[in-house]
Amino acid sequence: MTGAQSETVKQTLGDARLQLAIYSATNRLMTHRAGAIHQDRLPDYQQLRTEANLLKKHTIDHLDYYLELFEKNVAAHGGKVVYCSDSQEVADFVLSLARERGAHLIVKSKSMTTEEIHFNERLEKHQLEAVETDLGEYILQLAHQRPYHIVAPALHLTRYDVAEIFRKNLGVESEVVIEKQTAIARVALREKFLKADIGVTGANFLVADSGAVVVVENEGNARLTSSAPKIHIAVAGIEKLIPRAQDLGVFLTLLGRSATGQPLTVYTSFLSGPRQSGEIDGPDEFYVVLLDNGRTKLLADPEKRQSLYCIRCGACLNHCPVYRKIGGHNYPWVYSGPIGAIITPQFHGVLKDPWLPFASSLCGACAEVCPVKIDIPKLLLKLRSEVTEAKRREGVGGVERLAFQMWAWLMTHPRIYLALARMSGWFAPLLPKVGPLEKWASQREIPKPAKTSFHQWWRARAENK
Amino acid sequence: MKKVSLFVTCIVDQLFPQVGIAMTQVLERLGYAVDFPDAQTCCAQPAFNSGYRAEAAKVARHFLDTFHDSEYIVVPSGSCTAMISHHYADIFEGDQKMLEQARGMGPRVWEFSRFLTEVAGVEDVGARFDGVVTYHDSCHALRELHIKDGPRRLLANVQGLTLREMEAAEECCGFGGTFSVKFPEVSGGMARGKIESILKTEAGTVVSIDSSCLMQLQGVMDRAKLPIRTLHLAEVLAAR
Amino acid sequence: MNSREQILGNVRQALKRAAGQIPTTLAAPRLRIPLSDRNLYTTLFGQNLEKLAGKCIFVREPGEVVPALAELLQGKRAVASNAPFLATCGITALSEVESGFTDREQLRAACAVAEVGITSADYALAETGTLVLLSSPQEARMISLLPPMHIAVFPRARMLANLDELLAVLPNPAEQTSSMVLITGPSRTADIEQILVRGVHGPGEICAVIVG
Repeated sequence: MTGAQSETVKQTLGDARLQLAIYSATNRLMTHRAGAIHQDRLPDYQQLRTEANLLKKHTIDHLDYYLELFEKNVAAHGGKVVYCSDSQEVADFVLSLARERGAHLIVKSKSMTTEEIHFNERLEKHQLEAVETDLGEYILQLAHQRPYHIVAPALHLTRYDVAEIFRKNLGVESEVVIEKQTAIARVALREKFLKADIGVTGANFLVADSGAVVVVENEGNARLTSSAPKIHIAVAGIEKLIPRAQDLGVFLTLLGRSATGQPLTVYTSFLSGPRQSGEIDGPDEFYVVLLDNGRTKLLADPEKRQSLYCIRCGACLNHCPVYRKIGGHNYPWVYSGPIGAIITPQFHGVLKDPWLPFASSLCGACAEVCPVKIDIPKLLLKLRSEVTEAKRREGVGGVERLAFQMWAWLMTHPRIYLALARMSGWFAPLLPKVGPLEKWASQREIPKPAKTSFHQWWRARAENK
Repeated sequence: MKKVSLFVTCIVDQLFPQVGIAMTQVLERLGYAVDFPDAQTCCAQPAFNSGYRAEAAKVARHFLDTFHDSEYIVVPSGSCTAMISHHYADIFEGDQKMLEQARGMGPRVWEFSRFLTEVAGVEDVGARFDGVVTYHDSCHALRELHIKDGPRRLLANVQGLTLREMEAAEECCGFGGTFSVKFPEVSGGMARGKIESILKTEAGTVVSIDSSCLMQLQGVMDRAKLPIRTLHLAEVLAAR
Repeated sequence: MNSREQILGNVRQALKRAAGQIPTTLAAPRLRIPLSDRNLYTTLFGQNLEKLAGKCIFVREPGEVVPALAELLQGKRAVASNAPFLATCGITALSEVESGFTDREQLRAACAVAEVGITSADYALAETGTLVLLSSPQEARMISLLPPMHIAVFPRARMLANLDELLAVLPNPAEQTSSMVLITGPSRTADIEQILVRGVHGPGEICAVIVG
């Protein structure tokens, strides 16, 4: 970690209020999930996970086929698929469409993909207002902050923070009652929904056999975003595909329960195009932006490709003891927690944040709860070896490598290792507390080396027989 | 007489030999002839977890050579056992010959409590330990080896022992090998969260099947001057 | 090379697949439809909707719907959809209910000031207390979305067991509609301090009337 990164981690750890907020939010989500997937309520849970994993594997392994099938079906229902290689292409597409249609106001529902590509910032440069409509995201947009958690983006803020954010940005009097704060947002955003020219949503799933986009939510803002403006654009990574509408039985059953413990979220929208003839309302134009932005890089590695199975439920974050201590803002990218730890190095290169795959005790809680069975610990271990390899090629990290080479030599030369270990017992208490020893001692007492090792005890016992 | 080989692990050998001694006592009381291949050093986990697969391969090879002739290898650690049975395949990826050796080794390595319940077929070793104990599920044992009930059944049969479950039994203690020194504040924070849960049980002793977890917890508890001690399951089972 | 070609090309290269290569066969979807007594479904639906703070009213005949809703509708402006079943139940004949909209802008204006939106439902899912609405000339999207209260009136025969049964009955919704929405309870959020608040953007009150 950089010095700055270490500092903010320490600050987070020392902030008792924030620790409590992170702890209680994740605890609540964990408890609800546990209830929803319990034997009594979902006896097929493990089977469903296996099916979801196999469905995702099949889709990802044949992704080009399903992309083309999806595209064909979107077109058949009057919509259009737009492939975008990177963030700028998405912005360019939206900007040119907006220009052509004379559009000025965009409403957006929650989409991690749009966070990933800095969608709002890119549009703002060209005087196109993009308003977040998910309550948590709306608050964050006003405060110029990024999401703290995939599912609960504003979990780090208090009602007093929100009151201040609303007061500063909306010109309202400071209001600390949460229900009233919600009402303030409802009124402010209702106006935007009804005036907006374009609605931009994400997509939880892209259904290949239907050319449809599935969006799940609890507030209703995604429904309004996709139904009120004349143009609906859904932005999604290419990995969001699933083969058939009927596969939603497996995925929707797992998604809500894993994320928040809800068997179904309040609204599940299955949107397959502009309004059909006779339909009274709905958009006139329907676009699905399929984003690469580096996903094809992840696709190329057969072992790490499973990172693309993720359905963004957030369960791994909630169960990760490291996330629960450092929170979402201490991860270098918009995707935090265990999933963030495995995809960030793959998108950005392992040497950009070389510490990230190591910021885990490999406890495996994430893999246990992942609804699509991504083997996160295995991928973290793989990434760790890629980091050391990359460091070796760059000619850095030599000290640690040398230490492990010496260690390996000692461990394969037992007599010398044991002799050294015997001697270390004598001078261990005199060792200066530097390096790893200092780090250990910063948190805990140091264990004393035993007076007699097991090796010595065994030899003595054998000699005495 | 049935024979078993001990792989005590590097940490037990140098820091907690009493665990190895206790394990020997329990096994001998059960009628096993215990041997200790003394060329043994380490399972290679520290190098593997730190991303040094080539170095790990050397040490793993040494382990395989050392225990080449052992039919049953008993290990007082879930993480070391899982390293051998689950991760040697990753270390030797691409090397058919070594992969075969590693695969042959997997079924012969037994975490201590699992050896007792599934090979020796015992749940009562005639132990006596007075006190309130709480059990910590070490992560590799729980999630990679699926060891959860065995140690609890063994503890339940210890005379005088009261087992009180902590809420956070399955939460990571924060050790994670080099994680504990690469991210000491987070590691310490995780331990302290665990200790809060331990305190609620009012247990005087924390028991686990992994000495690394116990070392982490004891270190943090000692820093906080808490009078709670840690014991490996083997030590409790050897107590009379 | 445009982005489409580039991306598809990258995908094929990454997967070592040729263009047009047919995928391996995928197992048929396994739909899990419980084999329970269908007569219990409406009761189960009601229980599940009520758990989410929704209301559920059961009536025998279409003629009983209006009296059953009298209290809820008392003094409130309402917009109703063009679903024939609502006419059958006498909803559209009520003086405080506007219906028969075919123009998008007029409908939206009415919904924006209405206090109640009344629709039918194409299906209902007992296991989760869910209403299923397909957008059509009979059912517009805004009616169940803009007003702060949503009432759905439908015949008991449209009740299904669960999502899997809906997918069995309707394997290709895209052929029928541009929008199928599953509504499970009132709009809600817990974004601020994890405290639950209802009626964020969608209706905060929801009532199902099951007839038959």
